[in-house]
Amino acid sequence: MTSLPRKTDKKLGLVIDLDICVGCQACVTSCKEWNTGGYSAPLTDQDPYGADPHGAWLNRVHGYEVGSGEEGRTVHFPRSCLHCETPDCVTVCPTGASYKREEDGIVLVNPDTCIGCKLCSWACPYGAREYDYDDGVMKKCTLCVDRIYNDNLEPRDRIPACVRACPTGARHYGDLGDPESDVSQLVRDRGGYDLLPEMGYRPVNKYLPPREAQSVPAEAPVETQSSGKSGKTSAADRFFTWADQVLSR
Amino acid sequence: MHPAYSVILFTTASGAGYGLLSLLSLAGLLNLVPLDPWLGFVGFFVAFALITGGLLSSTFHLGHPERAWRAFSQWRTSWLSREGVAAVATYAPTGLFALGWFLGWTEHWIWIFLGWVGIGCSVVTVYCTGMIYASLKTVRQWYMPQVAPLYVLIAAATGALLLNLLLVVFGEASAWSFWTAICLLALAMLTKLAYWIAADAESKTHTAGRATGLGRFGDVRAFEPPHSTPNFVMREMGYRVGRKHARTLRTLSLVLGFAIPIVAMAMPLLTSGVGTGLWSTLAAISAAAGILMERWLFFAEAQHVVTLFYGEQEA
Repeated sequence: MTSLPRKTDKKLGLVIDLDICVGCQACVTSCKEWNTGGYSAPLTDQDPYGADPHGAWLNRVHGYEVGSGEEGRTVHFPRSCLHCETPDCVTVCPTGASYKREEDGIVLVNPDTCIGCKLCSWACPYGAREYDYDDGVMKKCTLCVDRIYNDNLEPRDRIPACVRACPTGARHYGDLGDPESDVSQLVRDRGGYDLLPEMGYRPVNKYLPPREAQSVPAEAPVETQSSGKSGKTSAADRFFTWADQVLSR
Repeated sequence: MHPAYSVILFTTASGAGYGLLSLLSLAGLLNLVPLDPWLGFVGFFVAFALITGGLLSSTFHLGHPERAWRAFSQWRTSWLSREGVAAVATYAPTGLFALGWFLGWTEHWIWIFLGWVGIGCSVVTVYCTGMIYASLKTVRQWYMPQVAPLYVLIAAATGALLLNLLLVVFGEASAWSFWTAICLLALAMLTKLAYWIAADAESKTHTAGRATGLGRFGDVRAFEPPHSTPNFVMREMGYRVGRKHARTLRTLSLVLGFAIPIVAMAMPLLTSGVGTGLWSTLAAISAAAGILMERWLFFAEAQHVVTLFYGEQEA
């Protein structure tokens, strides 16, 4: 049923720390690896070894340049379904294949009833839904619904694959409906925010902003033994220059 | 937005079909046309062929057309589902009305009742088509009050041209069918112009800085894309060829879709019937080309909010 639940018992979701993410794409590949064999299987690719490779992925990491000059920075920006509280992607679905779970708020697509009309992808401002050209249905982040409740996995593995894979701890998973949960406290402490809040979809996933850049004192010019001489430097000189630079960082 | 040919064909063809269906019914109910069985047969046949052809073409872009019947279930929330329900529901009263026309049961109150119900169902169906687009907050050029009425008006205008052509073929054309086409075409054109003016004047409220939430640190520029070739989201929502030639195509669609048909409809009136068949055919062919172009632009010019994540600065 594509009517939204009045409220959900939990609001399971992700908190993504843009200050920590290094854009290594581990979450992207881990997501693809798990989900091509899990609930959303298969996640097909088209022309994978040809000139125009593309395919269905549930998690994408963008790199943005923000600001310029000394204030400039690179921000790696993971983007996946935000499991919104009031999403249009669910209500526009003509078949009821797209739905939001009452028990935990996860937004899912039933691959057995989806007709592949793609209207949900038009309704989503976050680009979270991708059409699987071979499977003929829409694919989206399931919050690894087949991991988080999976008793066959070790308890430490009962978290989304992307969170498990992140080597820097930039991704956090939990109940954002519980104000005392770790993720909720993290959002409070770090000023976590919604993407495009003005659209009114009330995303559950939150983003933690990059911290303000710390001013780094300018490095003093390095005196080297070779300076002032004829300009020739021996291998040993260059080594010591390098070591000096490394150690004085 | 990517202009899918199946959807362009569906919305224009079924629109014209519903237009012809309801205007022919209306003309029959108001005794503006003779209730000749063969006029009815050909008219309703063309209307049902356009509608059914359009509906079938709309299933071509589905990943699983064999599951299309499931789309009738979610009419409580989904305009696409409502459109499907309304489209199928329209067949019953209009089909019986057409049958009654052919068999000459045109005096019975049930026939008159079915006629009015069929007209209502047709209008509702086309309105639902328009609302599929007009209800999407993610596409600024679609989320506008003019969009759904435009679908209805263009359906009526193209239907009026077809009805006029039908009456010319059967030698039943009279001034009112030309005037109806002229008025509906003019109304649709003015609404389309108002739509373009409003769409161009509206400021773009969403920015890359707000989409990523990083605007507080300065301007946001896409640096490393997440994939090396376009993915589904970019192929479907990132279409932008139309914007480069938008001005030319807009003018062409106005001229072909509205201006030429209006002039062609006025000529027989001004010349008291010289070349009526030629003018009516020209009007229909020109409008078909122009309205296909208009519908193509409706998609190609529309910018989706998701493009903000892919390098667009505002949407």
